[in-house]
Amino acid sequence: MAEGAKRTLLAVRGVTKRFPVGDGEIEALARIDLAIDSGEFVCLIGASGCGKSTLLRIIAGFEEPTTGEVSTHGKPITGPGSDRGMVFQDYALFPWMTVNRNIGFGPRQRGLPRAEIAAIADEFVRLVGLERFADRYPNQLSGGMKQRVAIARVLANDANILLMDEPFGALDALTREQLQRELLQIWARTKVTVVFVTHSVEEAVLLSDRILVMSAGPGRIESDIAIDLPRPRDVSSPEFNAVRRDVARRLTSHLAPRALELAGG
Amino acid sequence: MTEHVTALAEATQQASPEAPAAHRRKHLVEKARAVVLGVGFPLLLVVLWDRAVAITGTRLVPSPHDVAVMMYDFSFGGIYDDAFSATILTHIWKSMTRVYGGFFLAALIGIPLGLMIGRIKLLRQLLDPTINLLRPIPVTAWLPLSMIFFGLGPNAAIFLVFLGAFYPILLNTIFGVRSVDPRLFEAAAMLGCKGSAMFREVVFPASLPAIFNGLRIAHGFAWILIVVGEMTGVPTGLGSVIMDGRTLSRTDLVVTGMIVIGMCGFITDRIIVVISNRVLSWSPQHHG
Repeated sequence: MAEGAKRTLLAVRGVTKRFPVGDGEIEALARIDLAIDSGEFVCLIGASGCGKSTLLRIIAGFEEPTTGEVSTHGKPITGPGSDRGMVFQDYALFPWMTVNRNIGFGPRQRGLPRAEIAAIADEFVRLVGLERFADRYPNQLSGGMKQRVAIARVLANDANILLMDEPFGALDALTREQLQRELLQIWARTKVTVVFVTHSVEEAVLLSDRILVMSAGPGRIESDIAIDLPRPRDVSSPEFNAVRRDVARRLTSHLAPRALELAGG
Repeated sequence: MTEHVTALAEATQQASPEAPAAHRRKHLVEKARAVVLGVGFPLLLVVLWDRAVAITGTRLVPSPHDVAVMMYDFSFGGIYDDAFSATILTHIWKSMTRVYGGFFLAALIGIPLGLMIGRIKLLRQLLDPTINLLRPIPVTAWLPLSMIFFGLGPNAAIFLVFLGAFYPILLNTIFGVRSVDPRLFEAAAMLGCKGSAMFREVVFPASLPAIFNGLRIAHGFAWILIVVGEMTGVPTGLGSVIMDGRTLSRTDLVVTGMIVIGMCGFITDRIIVVISNRVLSWSPQHHG
């Protein structure tokens, strides 16, 4: 990863974001510059309000940056596109479609022949191991299964950038671990680029090649940490814990340094 | 299915011997009580009606027996052998063409218009004030104008039913679109869905639960308005039967017409409920 032979897939240049609030404005993002290589797994981590979700939504094309631009393959993005697939925390599956039809939604929009749509849908239903549930509706599924469908739906649409906004935040601990493992397997198999928002340090260290620590007021990238731990990673190993402590220290040091000093003194 | 139930019942039985039998008995008692109360109360009303007519000796209100005889003659003939004998199906059919003519016309215009108003801000700003100005006008107030527009005949009736059915369908559709989780639109957009496909694939199905609520309310109004609509001087239809009964001072005919309209409205409402339960089986909010 470090040799720089990889191509930059996603570039964020000079992006800022201000939201109007009443008569004034809130500066959600100060200037963000960022380059993400093809196949990289990047985590954005930070406290609530640091703008990590806003940055992700700008990359997705759901929000326009106030200044600056986002480009993929060197081409500026102008709105949501099927090359960037978002996985939401609350799934956002289409409740009136079965698992199979949810996953086939993207290919259907592209107007592919029926047989091809069915083949793609079946392939990605298998990828996330939901063969037995292909004809169920989302409200008949557990949270973990819903999130698998959401991931498959994005991948079935040939997205090469997976944008994930605290995707496992609403799941119980066991399901979360299971999905983290599955996501890593899928990432290894498909070589998709992942930008993953989380507020769990352990999750970030477990998953990513690179962690971007963000801080609030206004949102900015405070540190950019490469994680060189070999995979598969063992969360109980001393090396893992050393990295986790390091990231956690950097995160809390921008969180509220003054409050900590007061508490300590 | 039955095997499962039996197996489950046996399993529970082992756990606590008298529980399932007691549970089943309680369930049966509950059901029987619902039937006895639900059917018993209208029967009690009929008895009260019968007694009230007998005690006061009024000749202005028919007894339940008079109405039953009229209902029989209206359905099968052979008693009075007049203009109304054995004509029930003709009248039901004529009324239904008007009720459903107006209802489907309202749905055909109300649903697409509601989807667009809900989704497109410009259209909302253009039409919302007008809709809110026109909506409080009672449909019956349109009667004179509708007779001028459409003359004496079924079209005026259809127009009135249309007006009554239109607003509930339109407003519920707009409400449905406005209350869809905006993430669904974002998800669809990122998956390459845009333009008219967005309406067909996402806006419409996502709003269906609210649209069905609107259709059901509108359908009720349509049957209510048919009497008003058929006051506009059409020769056949359940509303016109009631108007004829009034002119001829035949209250048994009036009450018979009322009962038939009630039954038609009730049965068709059940059909709508069955269809919506089918179509909306996916919806977690929908337990019909």
